[in-house]
Amino acid sequence: MTLQSLDIKRRSATTTPSPNARTTLEVVKLIDISKCIGCKACQVACMEWNDLRDTVGKNRGVYDNPADLSDQSWTVMRFAEVEPTPGRLEWLIRKDGCMHCADPGCLKSCPAPGAIIQYSNGIVDFHEEACVGCGYCIIGCPFNIPRLSRKDGKAYKCTLCSDRVAVNLEPACAKTCPTGAIIFGSKEDMLQHATGRIADLKERGYQQAGLYNPPGVGGTHVMYVLQHADRPELYQGLPKDPGISPLVVLWKEIAKTVMNIGLGAAIASGVIHYLTQGPNEVTEEKEETL
Amino acid sequence: MSKQTLIQRHTASERLNHWMVAITFILAGLSGLGFFHPLFFWLTSLFGGGTWARILHPFFGAALSFFFFIWVARVWNDNRITAVDWQWGKHLGEILRNRTENLPPLGKYNLGQKLLTRTLLLAILLLLVSGILIWQPWFAPEFSVNLRRNAVVVHAFSAFVALTCFIVHVYAAYWTRGSIRAMTRGTVTATWARHHFAGWYKEMEGKNQ
Repeated sequence: MTLQSLDIKRRSATTTPSPNARTTLEVVKLIDISKCIGCKACQVACMEWNDLRDTVGKNRGVYDNPADLSDQSWTVMRFAEVEPTPGRLEWLIRKDGCMHCADPGCLKSCPAPGAIIQYSNGIVDFHEEACVGCGYCIIGCPFNIPRLSRKDGKAYKCTLCSDRVAVNLEPACAKTCPTGAIIFGSKEDMLQHATGRIADLKERGYQQAGLYNPPGVGGTHVMYVLQHADRPELYQGLPKDPGISPLVVLWKEIAKTVMNIGLGAAIASGVIHYLTQGPNEVTEEKEETL
Repeated sequence: MSKQTLIQRHTASERLNHWMVAITFILAGLSGLGFFHPLFFWLTSLFGGGTWARILHPFFGAALSFFFFIWVARVWNDNRITAVDWQWGKHLGEILRNRTENLPPLGKYNLGQKLLTRTLLLAILLLLVSGILIWQPWFAPEFSVNLRRNAVVVHAFSAFVALTCFIVHVYAAYWTRGSIRAMTRGTVTATWARHHFAGWYKEMEGKNQ
């Protein structure tokens, strides 16, 4: 988070309302996998705009480079060679990065007030200055996105270029994409555009084409147009029905509320017991009569 | 033994051990509560802010485990639960109402203390294991996210159990007058000993003769 904002929907570890005098238009980044040629211009644009430089890794004999997301690589292309139907090879290339969930598991898990911010436009942003480095966002995320920096112990991930969006620019990756596989706009426009793309794909024989906007996390603000929407796992393990783990819900929502009440009750019982029963005292006289 | 006689209940070394457990428990508890619920986040200020609390908390926890396991090993022999203890336990309602006639003679510790030792031992073991699984940046990255999701639930629940034990323990020590000096000066009055732990009192009397 780089700018002060008056359009915050939710802050991590905060029990009072966030500043939300302003409400902005809900935005979506739509990634049309059928149009992606795997050029990695989006990775470069992300590095350039955010001024990040990952360390040079090792060639693992595959196109994925860097091999994984990191504190310096907020988006990576994941290449999958699959045969959705036997004998028909397809090269599916997915731009991986934060999905900007409407119900973000990272934000739910984060114990540091204001370290994770959800804007009314749907962007989920990390405010690293408030991050304590506990790694709970990693535990909460259903998409395995946040990465802790070895250097400063803070968690990093795609910001959806919140700094650019705040001044009416599109994210750097969308700006640079040469094929128009990444487009950015209002949620309404993007859904409409996706509908057209899906109809087109179906016409071309991809009967299972569809939009990836998983309801388990309340929908996302990064959506994919998939040729095989019935099998998202083909795209290097995109989860079929992602949601915040029931363990995280148990941990953050149920258990802690019950436990706070439990601790309060234990203290209250002690006070009430002492006031009604008095101390357990042995006096000399009492002892003599025994 | 005269009623005024003081009886040694804890040696200096035992007391030191106990207070190391107490101090590390309070440090781990306060820093951990900061992450337990936003309501308590301000407690992290006591340790220099959220990041410092996060860095220090696992070390406090590891130190607590170390001192607590030594403590348990030292008092384990006096903590075996006997038939007399269960008999005593049946009178719990009366005991809580300060009616202490007709209680069976106990050894060095009562059933409440013995159960507390066991509950805390289990809670601190679980806290240690689950804590290592989520200890950033040293150990957590080695374990799967799913394992860590289980660990945070276990950690929070065990912390709740340990904190409840702490509240009960502190209150019981305060409520039962004459107990705290056993952990500060190491001695209790003979009257106190005879009243609360008649079996132990007899044993000590025998030793002194």
